[in-house]
Amino acid sequence: MTWETVIGLEVHVQLSTKSKIFSSASTRYGADPNTQACEVDIALPGVLPVMNLEAAHLAVKFGLAVGAEINRRSVFARKNYFYPDLPKGYQISQYEIPIVSGGQIVIEKNGSQKTIGITRAHLEEDAGKSLHEDFHGMSGIDLNRAGTPLLEIVSEPDMRSPAEAIAYLRKLHMLVRYLDVSDANMQEGSFRCDANVSVRPQGQKEFGTRTELKNINSFRFVEKALQFEIERQIDVIEDGGEVIQETRLYDPDRGETRPMRTKEDAHDYRYFPDPDLPPLQLSEQFIEEVRNELPELPDAKKLRFIDQYHLNPDDAEQLIISKDTADYFESAVSSDVGSAKTVANWINTELASYLNEENKTIKESPVSADMLRQLIRRIQDNTISGKIAKEVFKAMWAGQGSVDDIIEQKGLKQITDNAAIEKIIEEVLAKSSAQIEQYKSGQEKVFGYFVGQVMKATQGKANPQQVNTILREKLKSSSGR
Amino acid sequence: MHTKTIKRLCADLNAGEYSSVELAQYYLDRIQRYQSINAFVTVDPEFTLSQAREADKAIRKDKHKPLTGIPIAHKDIFCTKGMLTTCSSKILSNFVPPYDATAIKKCKDSGMVCLGKTNMDEFAMGSSNETSYYGPVKNPWNETMVPGGSSGGSAAAVVARLAPAGTGTDTGGSIRQPAALCGITGLKPTYGRVSRYGMIAFASSLDQAGTLTQTAEDAALLLNVLAGFDPRDSTSVEESVPDYTENLGKDLAGLRIGLPKQYFDEGLDPAVEQAIQESLKVFERLGAALIEIDLPNSELCVPCYYVIAPSEASSNLSRFDGVRYGYRAEDYEDLDDMFMRTRSEGFGPEVKRRIMIGTYALSAGYYDAYYLKAQKLRRLITQDFEQAFERCDVIMGPTTPTPAFELGAKTEDLIAMYLNDIYTISANLSGLPGISIPSGFVNRLPVGLQIIGSYFAEALILNVAHRFQMETDWHQKVPEGFAV
Repeated sequence: MTWETVIGLEVHVQLSTKSKIFSSASTRYGADPNTQACEVDIALPGVLPVMNLEAAHLAVKFGLAVGAEINRRSVFARKNYFYPDLPKGYQISQYEIPIVSGGQIVIEKNGSQKTIGITRAHLEEDAGKSLHEDFHGMSGIDLNRAGTPLLEIVSEPDMRSPAEAIAYLRKLHMLVRYLDVSDANMQEGSFRCDANVSVRPQGQKEFGTRTELKNINSFRFVEKALQFEIERQIDVIEDGGEVIQETRLYDPDRGETRPMRTKEDAHDYRYFPDPDLPPLQLSEQFIEEVRNELPELPDAKKLRFIDQYHLNPDDAEQLIISKDTADYFESAVSSDVGSAKTVANWINTELASYLNEENKTIKESPVSADMLRQLIRRIQDNTISGKIAKEVFKAMWAGQGSVDDIIEQKGLKQITDNAAIEKIIEEVLAKSSAQIEQYKSGQEKVFGYFVGQVMKATQGKANPQQVNTILREKLKSSSGR
Repeated sequence: MHTKTIKRLCADLNAGEYSSVELAQYYLDRIQRYQSINAFVTVDPEFTLSQAREADKAIRKDKHKPLTGIPIAHKDIFCTKGMLTTCSSKILSNFVPPYDATAIKKCKDSGMVCLGKTNMDEFAMGSSNETSYYGPVKNPWNETMVPGGSSGGSAAAVVARLAPAGTGTDTGGSIRQPAALCGITGLKPTYGRVSRYGMIAFASSLDQAGTLTQTAEDAALLLNVLAGFDPRDSTSVEESVPDYTENLGKDLAGLRIGLPKQYFDEGLDPAVEQAIQESLKVFERLGAALIEIDLPNSELCVPCYYVIAPSEASSNLSRFDGVRYGYRAEDYEDLDDMFMRTRSEGFGPEVKRRIMIGTYALSAGYYDAYYLKAQKLRRLITQDFEQAFERCDVIMGPTTPTPAFELGAKTEDLIAMYLNDIYTISANLSGLPGISIPSGFVNRLPVGLQIIGSYFAEALILNVAHRFQMETDWHQKVPEGFAV
């Protein structure tokens, strides 16, 4: 039987507000335990939450970017359960009326496009963390994270393969970063994903029984966990069993999912509207102001790059991967649209590989957009060859100065004097009688040998076009002799 | 000195008749002498006197505010920085807050002197002060009787003149009912008028802080200090605060007094009714008109309240889990066991009962039938009042159906206990301001007259109460054993 996979994703995005969603404590990551937890965060008796409007602002920004409905009135509810790192014994979340309803994200799939629906996005607070090491059989509680604003983005069950799920996640990840809604740092947990997965026979309308996968906090894990879970479910069904609706934890060490230990009684969270917080009301003016500050979104930027800079879709796709990359590109091209293709190549290959190597973001690149522009200008005006340019790039990366300084210091200026090149070629040919014979007998490949020797003699500085032209003339005249 | 009102004490302090330290010491001595009524949970004389010294300094430098140097007793539900705050519960029996509730801070900032923390029903759940972990408060008029609750400690302290004034909180009558049973003036302002920040939550949508004083005039002075928007409380209201003393003494001619027929129905002790009728005659003499009004959904108030209040409480009290502060059980096997033992041992029976009722009412499958239904009733009850206020300016009736009852009399019959709040709960469900003032005695026990106003009409009901107190002396009566 052929099986079809159905995947829906729930992504928790940590909103990049300075302070927490219901208190004025800082949200900075990495502080010492419990140094960023005020009386509200640790839920002292008598404290009350006060909504941080910046969180609503960011949620609306996201909603508008995915074409969603912004609910003018949304309601905070309490989700009640006991856990040591949940200080109030309930989490403040949005339940019946979220701030964002609907919306969509378009993913690329083998050159074609597919629309993934967004069901809703709601605001909620994060819990603290339980620490189990270093406490001699006891547990420690760190409440720095408690009260950090989250936007939970729930997709429709529209994805049909792990690849589509990854494409959706990457797109979502890119989008929230473009919008400056979140730094979406997966290592630090500011972009977390849970997946709902089921399988069904191809052609069947009803969904199969789903499981929920947790702890899949990297793109790689998402893919592996989904793959494993899909195969597991198919095996269960094909062996005559039934998939049980449950929450399963992904174990990256073993590459498998297994049921989370849960109590027999299903959780009853006893949601009810939080009487401490009036409904969140958003004015038309507020929403319009947010709409006006929306940046150019990745899809639009890609189309513009193709159109304005005559880039091919693949190059454009790579350049819009982050807003910083796209900005770097445009800054390096500056007004010289003719250089766009060359700039794109440099960013997507040379620069990308250096960044990758040192695990740096483009913002941290020692070679600024301005420096790259000057480098390309020196190639275009024949001061250096493309090959030498790579050497210059390396030197700039190492902080050895500007393009022109490096060319000057290292004497990398291209030799473009015909007479000088001719002289070197003659010296090379004089030492290469055997190769000349081969060439004459029709072995055209040997031409490359001569070029190589010339470049070697000039440390790569001879202008390649000139070398080619003069060399061909010389060989022709020597053969006519 | 103990019969003096805040108003009078202020004048004396400013005239240099005595110092704030002397005044505070005087009350500390009384608190010490009359410990038998169990009105206080915590008294810290050094803390009190240091505040009094500050007040004296301010008065000397002429940098004082209207209530600088006036002692006040705070219900043990308000967080007081550096001073034990127990909510009269074992589970908070070791809790010292690192911050002040907004109401406390406002008192402090105005130079008032904290005399200590008063006893109350555990987490404000009770109408007799018998659910306190620290034992019941006794009614100064008769120590075999309850003082009412949950602000019973503050009410008893004020009538026994152990403090010139007290703070309280009122979720279903917890200021007005003990005020009535103790024979003092108890004001519950409009919901949102006084900040709830730092007031340990019982039922968030009903809780409101207020005052327990000898007179309406004192309540006005104190409300001037307490009222106002608080950015830390999203449910406090951004409504300007008038000077509540400004209109005191204004003529009541033409005032329309609504008398809900449901408040004079069966269930009301005839002797109490008679005392109330006598009081109403005073208002008639002052030129007010009495109009019968209808609050058709009155009988739904108690059931509605006993769904909403426990529901919110069940969630509000979840934070008392033994993890971060408060009592933690000693022996436990694992995490769940720690939660269960801590809460089983830390909460008293009435609190546990309400947590269970609330948990049930919010459960999947019951939510619509209980919580949602109760919210709809709440809207109907509120509409009744809105319509009534089209025909009258204030609503009057008895605060409670009977005077104080004996300690232990209703601890087994919870319905009878809950019905004690039958006339007070509606003001919480609708958010309206209400005041209870002394209006006579039945069997040597005080009777309270309740005056309910429209939203933010505190100035009006305070003046109505004040005018009554200019004509009567019920509020000046001091229980025999406390007269010296």
